[in-house]
Amino acid sequence: MSDMLHLVEPVIPALRRYARALVRNRAAADDLVQDCLERAVSHWNQRREGDPRPWLFTILHNLAVNHFRRSARQGKHITIDEANEDDFGQDAVQEQKLMYQDVLDKLARLPEDQRAVLLLVAVEDLSYADAARVLDIPIGTVMSRLSRAREKLQQEIEGTADGAPTNVVQLRSMK
Amino acid sequence: MSNRPITEDDLHAYVDGVLESEREAEVAIYLEGHPDMARRVAAFSDQRDLLRKALAPIADEPVPSQLNLSGMIESRRRRSSPVWWAIAAMLMLSIGGVGGWVMRGSLQGSNGGLAALAQEAAYSYSVYAPDRIRPVEMRASDSAQLVQWVSNRLKQPVKLPDLTGSGYRLMGGRLIATSHGPAAMFMYDDDRGDRLVVLTRPMASEQSAPMAPHLGGDVSGFAWADGGMGYSLVGQAAAESLRPIANEVRKQARTI
Repeated sequence: MSDMLHLVEPVIPALRRYARALVRNRAAADDLVQDCLERAVSHWNQRREGDPRPWLFTILHNLAVNHFRRSARQGKHITIDEANEDDFGQDAVQEQKLMYQDVLDKLARLPEDQRAVLLLVAVEDLSYADAARVLDIPIGTVMSRLSRAREKLQQEIEGTADGAPTNVVQLRSMK
Repeated sequence: MSNRPITEDDLHAYVDGVLESEREAEVAIYLEGHPDMARRVAAFSDQRDLLRKALAPIADEPVPSQLNLSGMIESRRRRSSPVWWAIAAMLMLSIGGVGGWVMRGSLQGSNGGLAALAQEAAYSYSVYAPDRIRPVEMRASDSAQLVQWVSNRLKQPVKLPDLTGSGYRLMGGRLIATSHGPAAMFMYDDDRGDRLVVLTRPMASEQSAPMAPHLGGDVSGFAWADGGMGYSLVGQAAAESLRPIANEVRKQARTI
């Protein structure tokens, strides 16, 4: 248990970021991370040797998926936190804050499975192989979801998401 | 320069900065000749950058006290039962070797209870399970004689657990010496060659005790006692995957 503290504690900020980007509500996200950490403590002897980050993200991701299922079943509405000073730090200029808020809104419109891949790979710096392990999908599926997530988010950013066919060059055709 | 064609996966790996430098240079050259593709790749890079910047402030927030990890570890330690810790301590000592010998007085303090049984099973596992030549003295083909032999020596009818339903085949068994008398050891393996050990012997103390996990080092397992006989199941698989197998052994042993 003694190595647990120094292996897991540094990952907590990234776990909070991933949870928040998925559920977009500070309290709900931190509840998920708390749950994740408690499971990590009680199942510490079952992890694989090496970097515990993929293992922790796997636990957190599965909890988030259950959370989404439960919310959907109960028809529970979860408030989405609005941007405020706390969320974006004091120094950021107003325009930049709006831009950040905007991209997060657009990210939220991606299907859950695409969003998860994009966050794990592009934000949390997991390797494609580790992302595949976290999501329990083949690496080829990671790549195709990543491709679709990027295309879709780019269409949202360029405001062409609901528009007519565009001259957008597709890196990978939709499967 | 390789002749491998540039793939879509290469382009994403380029955006994520995870290509090897040689391949990265090849993609860069490709993009110079394909301005449309270069624009998309640049847009994806900007998008990646924007996402990271938009989410970075969350990771910079002070971690709320709700997520105090040392507090969670501490409260788990307090919640854990003394039995668990006694067994964990035993296993730590058994790994310690010399330390275990020096501390033998305190181990015997358990009077042959569940903690001692768990330790004996862990010892047996670490001695016999890695043995590739003669892990068991009597093979599964002689299982009837094996059962008769250990039943005679233990002066108790011993039931041989059948774990084929859990994916483990009997390899055989042997008699083990413990400081609390003879014990029967049965060994099993699965299709991957992972081995399990079941140890059983009469109990002088704790003749009936609920199943308790023993964890530590690279073996884990469960020990319990029923009707004067103690049982311990030990393996290298995760404790939670051993629990249903231990339950199965307990169930079968009760139907003697």
